[in-house]
Amino acid sequence: MKITTPEFKENAVKALANDNLQKALGNVEKGFIGKRQAAADALPEFEALRDKARDIKDHTLAHLDLYLKAYEEKVVESGGHVHWAQTAEDARNIVLDICRTANAKTVTKGKSMISEEMGINEFLEEKGIQPIETDLGEYIIQLRGEAPSHIIAPAVHVLKEQVEADFREEHDHLPEGRNLDEPETLLDEARTVLRQKFIDADVGITGANFLVAETGTSIIVTNEGNGDLTQTLPRVHIVLASIEKIAPTLEDVSQILRVLARSATGQDMSVYTTFSTGPRREGDVDGPEEYHVVLLDNGRTNMIGTEFQDMLRCIRCGACMNHCPVYHAVGGHAYGWVYPGPMGAVLTPSLKGVEDGGNLPNASTFCGRCEAVCPMRIPLPKMMRHWREREFEKNLNPAVQRWGLKTWAWFAQRPRLYQLGARVAMRGLSIMGGKKGRLAKMPLGSGWTKYRDMPAPEGETFQAQWAAHKGRAK
Amino acid sequence: MSGREAILGKIRSQVGADQDPATRRTTVADRLAKAPRGIIPKRGQLDPRAQLKLFCDRAEAVQTTTTVVKDYSQVAEAVSDYLRSRNLPQAVRMGTDPRLEGADWSKAPNLTRDVGPSDGSDPVGLSHATAGVAETGTLVLTSGSDNPTTVNFLPENHIIVIDAADIKGDYESALDQVRSMAGKGLMPRTVNMITGPSRSGDIEQTILLGAHGPRSLHVIVVEG
Repeated sequence: MKITTPEFKENAVKALANDNLQKALGNVEKGFIGKRQAAADALPEFEALRDKARDIKDHTLAHLDLYLKAYEEKVVESGGHVHWAQTAEDARNIVLDICRTANAKTVTKGKSMISEEMGINEFLEEKGIQPIETDLGEYIIQLRGEAPSHIIAPAVHVLKEQVEADFREEHDHLPEGRNLDEPETLLDEARTVLRQKFIDADVGITGANFLVAETGTSIIVTNEGNGDLTQTLPRVHIVLASIEKIAPTLEDVSQILRVLARSATGQDMSVYTTFSTGPRREGDVDGPEEYHVVLLDNGRTNMIGTEFQDMLRCIRCGACMNHCPVYHAVGGHAYGWVYPGPMGAVLTPSLKGVEDGGNLPNASTFCGRCEAVCPMRIPLPKMMRHWREREFEKNLNPAVQRWGLKTWAWFAQRPRLYQLGARVAMRGLSIMGGKKGRLAKMPLGSGWTKYRDMPAPEGETFQAQWAAHKGRAK
Repeated sequence: MSGREAILGKIRSQVGADQDPATRRTTVADRLAKAPRGIIPKRGQLDPRAQLKLFCDRAEAVQTTTTVVKDYSQVAEAVSDYLRSRNLPQAVRMGTDPRLEGADWSKAPNLTRDVGPSDGSDPVGLSHATAGVAETGTLVLTSGSDNPTTVNFLPENHIIVIDAADIKGDYESALDQVRSMAGKGLMPRTVNMITGPSRSGDIEQTILLGAHGPRSLHVIVVEG
């Protein structure tokens, strides 16, 4: 997938002017925030479980090499295969080899962000193998030739009228006059069309929400059941997972499951939580004959032991973007790569480099809602700040910004001069604001005043007020 | 193997694994062997009667329907009644689970039972659960010729029979039940935890039932 994160500002401007997108983004707040709160409130142990979930992942990451080896041993014991991929390219080639050995013509896919990160769809198509997304949202965006705009609701940016138009174009074997006015009829049509594809597919590819070291099990958490059909019907099942998906035991998974669905969709539990261990056993009458797991690093090992390690606790619930005012305003595509929202703002520079991803940690108001709702208690604003520091160290931000920050730092280190300067600037701005108390233009502030007036400061500086307040308190 | 060694080597150096390798190994081996439990929600920690009620309440909250019967002699009628109430044909697809085979099917003389995996042409699937979880109204099904996985997903309607004694308060206890089937550290090929019928909210965040899996889920609890 081509990264357009360096053009974040242009992307955001376009997103703000896109009426369909703005209408669809209204569904994010409507669909997620209240439901999450209600589900969290209904479980008295919820906050304690968040602590527990964080501790489990911290423990796992500190012993990740050993848990990965234990996991691999159990997969092999159950008759499965484990493939290790350092890069997305390695992973793509591994998948291609398995597909070719299986003589695969079509591959069904369950929803998997890691497969987006690997860019597996484009790659398989190039090699003459047809990938078919089966999650309803993923299917819609595959028809539209788009990337997901949300990690659990990939088509959240699409309106139902747009889905109808896409289905009429793609499903041209169906009667023209059919009713596709409601989400129900759209869903029915997708169900019917995809059912045959499930049955015809040679290979099924899913992601994994967890890999269990104790048992060599991969787990997917879904609502539609498409992931289960994807992995049950074809002859070969391939699991794509990044290395940090490991959890030590079934007990640990149970703890994290209790915060996952509640944080994601506000469900107590997703409809299907499916545990897969190896291929078809003797006496089984269904299930895949081959079971492969591709373990992907793709830059994650670089994060271990650094100030960005906490990001590897992420369980991809989407709560951070559901609560993010920036995501609400511009949607997921503006972020320009696979992962949007606050988690994307930390992960994109981590995996793609701050040179390409540096715009994202700057696209935050640091309001802190993401951290407040993150089930794994990931300090997202703090890590975005770390990325801003790295960007500054590497001389990557614009000269004006650097000059401004340096000037400010020079003054900030000289308190008397700073206070004097602040007083003079305030008076000046206050006079410039005139009777209306607003500034239509401001020196060095055209980026702000181009779109709205700046309120002129009133009264005393903060420091003067603080000094007076302390005086009164005594 | 080069990818494997590179990834594991990088992790080892990043976490500083060389400092106390013995302690690290013991810590991990211990955790895997003992599988300590974490926080268990009080919600499900009830006496069996209250647990059964909570299970049914939670299941119904996610659009599962439930019936409680006294023993296996009433299962066939309960299946037949349910099919009639939903205007479904008197036919089910099922595996070879002895508990289901042993039900008194003579009480539902018009009901056809097809045994084996589903190919997608069956309107109704019938399975037996290994366990249930009261805290969220979840059913735990395990794969095998007794309960083929395709029966859980391909038919448009799914009926699951469960013994009241197998309903546990929490996931941990239900998974322990699964563990007891094959032993610690071993798992059936597929374990399906099912909480309600299939659904999707992918079109404008409107939740609809019956995305790819069953549109309806009915549970028959056998008190016996």
